[in-house]
Amino acid sequence: MSDLLTLYGKTFSSRLLVGTALYPSPAIMRQSVQASASEIITLSLRRQNPAQQRDNSFWNYIREFGCQLLPNTAGCKSSREAIELAKMSQEIFQTDWIKLEVIGDDYNLQPDPFGLVEAARELVQLGFKVLPYCTDDLVLCRKLLDVGCEVLMPWGAPIGTGQGLLNKYNLQTLRDRLSDVPLIIDAGIGAPSQATEALEMGFDAVLLNTAIAKAQDPVRMAQAFKLAVESGRIAFNSGLMLRRQTASPSTPTLDMPFWQQAESMLQE
Amino acid sequence: MQVLINGETHSLEFSIKLAALLLELGYCGETFAVAVNGSFVARSEYGNTQINNGDSLDIVAPVVGG
Repeated sequence: MSDLLTLYGKTFSSRLLVGTALYPSPAIMRQSVQASASEIITLSLRRQNPAQQRDNSFWNYIREFGCQLLPNTAGCKSSREAIELAKMSQEIFQTDWIKLEVIGDDYNLQPDPFGLVEAARELVQLGFKVLPYCTDDLVLCRKLLDVGCEVLMPWGAPIGTGQGLLNKYNLQTLRDRLSDVPLIIDAGIGAPSQATEALEMGFDAVLLNTAIAKAQDPVRMAQAFKLAVESGRIAFNSGLMLRRQTASPSTPTLDMPFWQQAESMLQE
Repeated sequence: MQVLINGETHSLEFSIKLAALLLELGYCGETFAVAVNGSFVARSEYGNTQINNGDSLDIVAPVVGG
């Protein structure tokens, strides 16, 4: 049974999006991305002088992957910065996809909802396919949809914390109220079990970086996340049982041996 | 005249086009992009963009990202 992820008209068989940062080496990054089986990878742009020409292996590996590139606007603190960096990304990476980040607070790297909507509106008008990194606020998410975003990426927890899905009530509300919108949990996932949980809740995919890159063995952790995401998706499609407050035996109670014997002993 | 290039001050003898400045600085290939005074300048506009005293350039290239 095909169960593809569709984002902006493109289909993907993997529901795991991975970042390319923080790995011990470009070679381990390459092996980890391959082990994750991810088809969408994030990357960025930073100042570079010709005199400091860096090792090109990173960029060579990226081109070799043949993945959908999802450049980010990480570090931008205003809509203007994010818009200009998006244009630079489009020219270099030859893609109109952009992971839009407008950061409103340095301490927890929380998205600035006002700057985000402003930047998303302009970038959509310029023809970009905007995937905004946003909070789990329902009204913000609606505004982002109103200005033309077709995919949303609410945070699970602040970037790099590995705390998992901190506000499940809000996240479940988003999933329930925006049932037709592709929702990707971006940031805060620290363990494969948390990725499974996101998929079990009905989120369409997860995007993570640190949890793989900072594992003791990133390549094996990438494989663990691949399996976790697949497992969560199968579970969601299978329909989870309803939770109950009280115990209910799973083994049949009829024809339980010794029962009559115990009863008759009590009567004596 | 002086210009800021990636946050560092550079002295130029006279105002030149962006294309000439990039060549002088040693940028080649297509894996960089440029903004002048915070606004993106498309590659096709390098030859038409005059760099003036006090301009600030950002020249960026691909890096890892999350």
